[in-house]
Amino acid sequence: MIELKDLTVAYGDKPVLRGLDATLPDDGCVAVRGASGAGKTTLLRVLAGLVAPAAGSISGLSQRRVSMVFQEDRLLPWRSALENVALVSNGDTARECLALVGLSKEGDRLPGALSGGMRRRVAIARALAYSDDVLLLDEPFTGLDAALRARVAAEIRSRARLIVLVTHDAEEEALLGAGCGIALGG
Amino acid sequence: MRRFPETALKKLAIAAFYLALWQGLASLVGRSLLLPGPFETIERLVALFSEGAAWAAAGMTLLRILSGYLLGIAAGVLLAWFTARSRLMDALLRPLRAVVKATPVTSFILLALLWLSSGLVPVCIAFLMTLPIVWANVHEGLVNVDAQLLEMARVFRLTRWKRIREIEIPSVLPQFLAACTTALGFAWKSGVAAEVIAVPRHAVGSALYLSKLTLETADLFAWTLLVILLSMMLEALLVRLLGRIRHD
Repeated sequence: MIELKDLTVAYGDKPVLRGLDATLPDDGCVAVRGASGAGKTTLLRVLAGLVAPAAGSISGLSQRRVSMVFQEDRLLPWRSALENVALVSNGDTARECLALVGLSKEGDRLPGALSGGMRRRVAIARALAYSDDVLLLDEPFTGLDAALRARVAAEIRSRARLIVLVTHDAEEEALLGAGCGIALGG
Repeated sequence: MRRFPETALKKLAIAAFYLALWQGLASLVGRSLLLPGPFETIERLVALFSEGAAWAAAGMTLLRILSGYLLGIAAGVLLAWFTARSRLMDALLRPLRAVVKATPVTSFILLALLWLSSGLVPVCIAFLMTLPIVWANVHEGLVNVDAQLLEMARVFRLTRWKRIREIEIPSVLPQFLAACTTALGFAWKSGVAAEVIAVPRHAVGSALYLSKLTLETADLFAWTLLVILLSMMLEALLVRLLGRIRHD
């Protein structure tokens, strides 16, 4: 069980999260909900270890391997799709994960030569290749059509143990099987 | 296939135009002491090479300037690495770079002449010309590495070496290569100027100075032509080398 206790995060003087208490299960899918600016992305960044909380604590996460799909793709433009995935894993895992998102034939292409949706899937493949434990997803399906969403969501679900999802789309929550949610702000 | 001979022909025609212009001006002046013609100049250059003097001079000049240039690149990259890492280092060393950049090259040459043997002066000058250019550009490149990619590297726990190889070096490479190209021109011209003033043995710059001293204007032109030819050769070499690095 991952527990957030009285979690407060501030950028400079501006508090983004204030006194958040929440419990995340060990597996399944948790949706992070809230109006824009409520700190959804910030919460993912805290869980990813990119931002240190100003106050409060997180327990139960230190032993887990945390992977992430950022709101942006964040691929290396000078490396091929396969190399981008292999950056965080070994070659076999990279090939396997590219295949999971339906890109086994595009492995040699540079991100610049891929469509937006393909780049998104490379970013997802990279996250899957790095870890099948905790997966933080920030608007993961941007640029993917309905059929691809369903297919990729099914692969993510079958692979990742715990998914923490930020999305504005209730349908995506359903696709990934979000049970409980964390409500931010308001 | 048809374009190649056309452009080659065009280039030849342009070269012929300028040679004719030069020859015309030389005939107009009528005194090779003031303005030798192109054929006289080329003739002298060939003679200098067959006498052997040009080989040693060109070789030593290349050696001096290239060693200063390469040392300047190495030091520039190293300093950029430090100043990009630490704000304190940057604040401390930035004035030094500004001073080196703003000081007239002749001041450096005269100072270097006080402190170093004449053969080392061009090395030092090429070094000082290259250093701030490479330093400033690589520093700029390093502090502007995409912060989002660096965060990505943190989340996926890339090793330090992997982060440098996969993110920082490719990010900085275009600026680094541009700096190397710019610096080569500066290093070359200033290095030859340093030789003119320091007059080391076996140096194109020294030969330039001596031919001016003895009023051998044709020699002065021939040596200058050699400086230009060597510079063009160096640049062509660099472009090929850089092209190879880019495609790796």
